[in-house]
Amino acid sequence: MKKMKLVMVGNGMAGVRTLEELLKIAPGLYDITVFGAEPHPNYNRIMLSPVLAGEQTLDEIVLNPWNWYRDNGITLHAGKKVVSVDRRQRTVRAEDGTEAAYDRLLLATGSNPFMLPLPGADLQGVVAYRDIADTQAMIEAAMTYRHAVVIGGGLLGLEAANGLKLRGMEVSVVHHGDWLMERQLDSTAGALLRGALEQRGLHFLLNAHTAEMLGNDQGRVCAVRFQDGREVPADLVVMAVGIRPNIALAQQMRLHCEHAIVVNDTMQTVTDARIYAVGECAQHRGVAYGLVAPLFEQGKVAANHLAQHGIGRYQGSQTSTKLKVTGLDLFSAGDFKGGEGTEEIVMSDPFSGVYKKLVLQGDKLVGACLYGDTVDGNWYFELLREGRDVGALRNQLMFGEPTA
Amino acid sequence: MSPSTQTRSTCPYCGVGCGVVIEAQAGQIIGVRGDPDHPANFGRLCTKGSTLHLTATAEVTRQTRLLQPMQRAARGAAPQPLGWNAALDGAAERFARVIAEHGPDAVGFYLSGQLLTEDYYVFNKLAKGLIGTNNLDTNSRLCMSSAVAGYKQTLGADAPPACYDDLQHAGCLFIVGSNTAWAHPILFRRIEDAKRANPALQIVVVDPRRTDTCEIADLHLALQPGTDVMLFHGMLHLMLREGWTQPGYIAAHTSGFDALAALVRDCTPEAVAQVCGITQNALARATRLFATSPATLSLYCMGMNQSTSGTAKNAALINLHLATAQIGRAGAGPFSLTGQPNAMGGREVGGLSNLLPAHRDMANATHRAEVAAFWGVESIPALPGKSAIEMFQAAADGEIRALWIACTNPAQSMPDQATVRRALERAEFVVVQEAFAGTATCAFADLLLPATTWGEKEGTVTNSERRISRVRAAVPPSGEARHDWTIAADFARRLAGRLGRGAALFPYRTPESVWNEHRETTRGRDLDITGMDYAMLEAAPQQWPLPAGATQGKPRLYEDGRFATADGRARFAAAPYQPVAEPRDGRYPFSLNTGRLRDQWHGMSRTGTLGRLFGHVPEPTVQMHAQDMARQHLAEGDLVYLTSRRGSIVVPVAASPDLGASQAFIAMHWGPEYLGGRSSTGTALAGVNALTTPAHCPVSKQPELKHTAVKILKAELPWSLLAMAWLPEDQALRVRAQLRALADALPFVSCVPFGGTGRTGVLLRAAGHEAPDSSLLAQIEQLLGLSGSDTLRYADPRRGQRRAVRLQREGAAAHVVGVLLAGDTRAEAWIRALLQDQLPAQDFGRQLLSFQAKAPAGVQSRGKVVCSCFGVSESAIRDRLSQCSGSGEQRLAALQGALQCGTNCGSCVPELKRMVRATEALA
Repeated sequence: MKKMKLVMVGNGMAGVRTLEELLKIAPGLYDITVFGAEPHPNYNRIMLSPVLAGEQTLDEIVLNPWNWYRDNGITLHAGKKVVSVDRRQRTVRAEDGTEAAYDRLLLATGSNPFMLPLPGADLQGVVAYRDIADTQAMIEAAMTYRHAVVIGGGLLGLEAANGLKLRGMEVSVVHHGDWLMERQLDSTAGALLRGALEQRGLHFLLNAHTAEMLGNDQGRVCAVRFQDGREVPADLVVMAVGIRPNIALAQQMRLHCEHAIVVNDTMQTVTDARIYAVGECAQHRGVAYGLVAPLFEQGKVAANHLAQHGIGRYQGSQTSTKLKVTGLDLFSAGDFKGGEGTEEIVMSDPFSGVYKKLVLQGDKLVGACLYGDTVDGNWYFELLREGRDVGALRNQLMFGEPTA
Repeated sequence: MSPSTQTRSTCPYCGVGCGVVIEAQAGQIIGVRGDPDHPANFGRLCTKGSTLHLTATAEVTRQTRLLQPMQRAARGAAPQPLGWNAALDGAAERFARVIAEHGPDAVGFYLSGQLLTEDYYVFNKLAKGLIGTNNLDTNSRLCMSSAVAGYKQTLGADAPPACYDDLQHAGCLFIVGSNTAWAHPILFRRIEDAKRANPALQIVVVDPRRTDTCEIADLHLALQPGTDVMLFHGMLHLMLREGWTQPGYIAAHTSGFDALAALVRDCTPEAVAQVCGITQNALARATRLFATSPATLSLYCMGMNQSTSGTAKNAALINLHLATAQIGRAGAGPFSLTGQPNAMGGREVGGLSNLLPAHRDMANATHRAEVAAFWGVESIPALPGKSAIEMFQAAADGEIRALWIACTNPAQSMPDQATVRRALERAEFVVVQEAFAGTATCAFADLLLPATTWGEKEGTVTNSERRISRVRAAVPPSGEARHDWTIAADFARRLAGRLGRGAALFPYRTPESVWNEHRETTRGRDLDITGMDYAMLEAAPQQWPLPAGATQGKPRLYEDGRFATADGRARFAAAPYQPVAEPRDGRYPFSLNTGRLRDQWHGMSRTGTLGRLFGHVPEPTVQMHAQDMARQHLAEGDLVYLTSRRGSIVVPVAASPDLGASQAFIAMHWGPEYLGGRSSTGTALAGVNALTTPAHCPVSKQPELKHTAVKILKAELPWSLLAMAWLPEDQALRVRAQLRALADALPFVSCVPFGGTGRTGVLLRAAGHEAPDSSLLAQIEQLLGLSGSDTLRYADPRRGQRRAVRLQREGAAAHVVGVLLAGDTRAEAWIRALLQDQLPAQDFGRQLLSFQAKAPAGVQSRGKVVCSCFGVSESAIRDRLSQCSGSGEQRLAALQGALQCGTNCGSCVPELKRMVRATEALA
């Protein structure tokens, strides 16, 4: 019998994890073709920060080397960006004209960095921080230039800033908020983090709103100007102000999208049951995830369904974050901000630079934000995901998993 | 630097009246030591006396003293400063108006046994001479009035017939209702000396509690509270049966014995054993010792006096001395120990509502006429004025409308605080003349007048053995404070004008001029001191009587068998035994006793300024028998509602081996300044005297502070708070007062200082049904310096859990300097030791925030401080004792040699001996 054809658009972590899951449970069910826009096999995007920081090499962060595709009979079109899909003919076509037919299509297009639409955003030396190319551009700039400005004091921005600093640059982080990582931390932890990073030599401009990037004669950025008129020198500007799900192709395919491609609990697009979407480009029950753990869970469900088992359902994920700056431990998970109907337990130890916040709803842990000591992060995450009753543990909770 | 000065003066605490030498420099007291030449102490001082200079530092003065006249526009408002002239004019105006509208008896003066004789004299003349009211009473009413009445009823005059020197001559010491070891430590040192010099000396202690005084006792009679009269009558019964009385002496020098003998016929040993709760053996032994010793000296204090049978108790004990002729000889006699430093002096000038100067009686028309003539006034009102209890009742009833309170703190020390508070609230005009700004009474004042205090005052005091000593100023008055007698005289002159009388009654320019006038009143009286003058007192303290022509006073009285009665015979008093006013019953099943702590004084306005004086007993507790606690399901430290028919307070409970079953004890010091809270109806809890009864002895009018029937029920206040921190010297005391006030909305609060040499901290404990608003906790943290970035924190607001631990780093080491535990405070058990003992805390990290009651390895509390002078803790003593060998005395000596404990003031020696005994010898 002729095998079904599965085409995957996007060669990133969520998609390839789906293939791995699929190969595990239904090897040989599909002829698989993968299109990837980057000229690399699947690598661990999360580990770009250690690469930038010089702690790991590019080779070390490759998850699935070339021969993995070969060994599993997967046709890989690396460096070929898919530009159109004909849903009636069920064909996919790349920029260079490469075409592939599909019975099932898996969209794993990920997301794009959001570039602030500011004057000078097109100057040389203004980069995003998303992929290997960006990382290499930053590493190269660090060898030549002195001043770096990172716009965005979130997770990614701080990792970029830290990496550039370690590569010898003078780094200023520009952040529009009152404190760093306000999506992951409250003001206390944000202030602790800032203090720790300042000790490492980073500069911070909080409540700063960028007005424009100024260029030199060569068309390269040379400074950043703020709305209040201040200027800081900048030979490299890294924009790390957020990501946007990459849904251009899906929109062109007339799949129903909101801020990402809308999928159901089996990760099928609501518009076309032959087409699945996983990862940052997918919107499930209103949420598009940007973290790796939920994407893997999605991949597992999608693989299960593609394997025609049909029993997996994705019901959403609790998420957790870690900052990958060596020596700075930071963890947040779930609804760590709290709010109506939730209760907070907070602990801080300025001497060890530790701050912890746990958010409870009734007797259940629904969120955690740990700074400085993340040893118990996994335990909290487990309690949180399992929705365990922690009422009896409550006074112990902050002090870690009870030993026996 | 200017050279330091040495000024001889007298200690302002108890009635032993020790001489002190004050060292001062540049207007500041910098040291104190015992006066080696003073016959009361020969250079010794107790824990309180030896730390006097520390209560007079610039920091303490700034934080605790009343430094300028203040007035309140309305009750409850913050007082505003005003000038002395305006203050005194205003006071005179108000008093004059009240007197004009409602008569002289609408005003009252409530004074203090801590005033000097000169202060007393001027006030007494002001009330009884100028205004024409006898409404002048003092806190001596709560202290010595039963002793006064007992002496007068039997011996004819208010004169303790013995002297301290008698301790060396006694063969038997009969100590009744007196924890001498704590209340009169220097006298107790002399008792120890006497016992050492004469091991045959037999010491009997009669006290419901097994106090530290019992340490030296050969026999302790733990009688039931209030049954002393029955005991004494029973002893007389036995003496008669055994033929131990001295019929010859009785016949020659006394009257009224037959009636007494008839009365005691029913007081058989069986009856006494049953009523008093002692064995017949013990009774027999005590009786034999008393009657047959070559010389028996009784020493007694509040256990006898603070009773509805106070006069009867005093008289019944004196009966025994008369019946056995144990009086009028060296080493024999009934010796009342005065509680206050100058209760004696106050009595000498007639400073009670029923007395006139020089032991004259108000009831006696001749005496009244003598005094009126001496003062140059028309007459002295015949009716006795209101005694303390009556005075506040009258104010509560609206009868007394203006109150002048000097040097005492009735809103702390008077029984039945509900009535006292009603009185202070209802009175139209309340003047409080005080040295300290933070007393409970100050809160009720319309006018606050700053008075000088120890170290600043000039005058005289009389101690328990009738010895008059000079009090001298070492430094000028603090702030705008004035001497008490000056304030009284300045006010009197102003009032005289408004009452249409001349100011000539108050011509005094110096304390000596006041004293000289007082001296003249004593001419020909039992306390004749016309042979004394200030110059003589400059040289050395003198005992009265010392009439003109004599060169020295009389160490003991009645040696010739002639008493101060009309017929020269002592009178036996035949008062039957009466039980306490409020016997315990099913609803109030515990006998609550009150009394002193070793290192505190009265309402603690002075001792409370020193953290180290809280080392011995750090916080308020009510003590109970361990079995009573078990029966009530109470654990050590549990909060209880301590409730009498008049009120309720919340206080932690502690087991005490000193108490009998169904008895409870709380220190008298824990007034609302330190122990508070709020009832479910929103009434502020008023400290220990919210409970006590106004029932008083019908003769002496002294209230029964030593016995209140109470019930003790566990207080379920699940949210608790412990907050404590070391604080800068110039802030700690003010912070303490602020914290105390801040936490007052909670059902339970106690707030005390703690500390050691040169360091002061503050400890706040509170509890409630639920967590208070977190802003309150934030304020507490702020006051305790726990708001900074050097503080570890934990907060679970929904559960009412909050913790803050402030660490101070010194290199690699870290110490806990402040802590707040709210909600679950069980970690106090070890965190408190980390803070107070300054143990290394760098290894604990976030464990400091944890809830565990058990200490992480490495924390061991030093326990309470036994020796305050050298800061030696219980655990250090135990450790050391485990290495000592030999007899008890040898081990004590080894202990003292190694740790110095008990080698300075000696106040802790009884406790050390107890610990020595409790520890097995190595040998």
